[in-house]
Amino acid sequence: MIPLLKRAAVILAAASFAGALVFAMLDLPAPGVHLPAAVEANMAASGVAHPVTAVLLNFRGYDTLLEVGVLLLALLGVLAVGARATPPAPAPGEPVKRMFARLAAPLMVLVAVYLLWAGAIQPGGAFQAGAVLGAAAVLLHLTGILPGWGAPGLRLRAGLAAGFLIFLVVAGALLAQGAVLAYPPAQAGRLILLIEAGLTVSLGLILAGLFLALSRDSGDEA
Amino acid sequence: MSGGMIFAGAGAVLFTMGLVGVVLIGPLLRRILAFNVMGSGAFLVLVGLAQRDGGADPVPQAMVLTGIVVAVASTALALALARRLHRLTGRTTLSATDDD
Repeated sequence: MIPLLKRAAVILAAASFAGALVFAMLDLPAPGVHLPAAVEANMAASGVAHPVTAVLLNFRGYDTLLEVGVLLLALLGVLAVGARATPPAPAPGEPVKRMFARLAAPLMVLVAVYLLWAGAIQPGGAFQAGAVLGAAAVLLHLTGILPGWGAPGLRLRAGLAAGFLIFLVVAGALLAQGAVLAYPPAQAGRLILLIEAGLTVSLGLILAGLFLALSRDSGDEA
Repeated sequence: MSGGMIFAGAGAVLFTMGLVGVVLIGPLLRRILAFNVMGSGAFLVLVGLAQRDGGADPVPQAMVLTGIVVAVASTALALALARRLHRLTGRTTLSATDDD
């Protein structure tokens, strides 16, 4: 084990670091730029009515674009590291579980679409909708109704990349205007909805994929 | 001291606790969890500091929303790598001895 002395030194250093951090934050001057006011001033041109969605997909759209790229890369990494030659067939779930999954999945899709739509005016949007969709996909896979994750086919792979590609195409098309992801205000709402719809599908599949790829071959390890 | 400062202070403490975990803990699963605690602390600092004088700031909130999803992805990748290491070597720590 780690010697007691080293452990004590690390904890002591960390405690003084935390103290310094808290005192530094208490001493922090007021920010020079008032970002909420800047967001408020540009809301009319953003195409949506909720400030967080406006920041995510309009004002700081390139952050979100890169983030989706990171997600896709992480999933590729997980799939590459855990690659198996023979995909195990998912166990045929029990009847009660299958019944529940069949009842719950359409409602979860409905909730996801609602969240996506609500993102324009209140908390919600592609990430929350994607999380719900991902949970539905996990449920359907674990009960054996949609066994596509055992051997990802072309359609599944296309769905994984679609959100990122749609986002990239929109960003590329808007480059002609001179800036990355500077939507023309008249079309902003529609473009954001298009991007968010693609992101919802892809994020749902990616999140489900991260979960299922990690749980896939745990059975034959013991 | 406003409510936002309390969140930021708690975030700084969480971040440090996670940091200690990453440094001191050997088993990779627990180290990944400590790394997540660190990330949660950073998120708390971002959101808390931004609203220390009242109103919420949508910019750091959007950044944190992005960060949470990236944290999920990086955790999954870390877990996949840790499991690969376990399968190849049978070990769940990075080094054969804890003290190096």
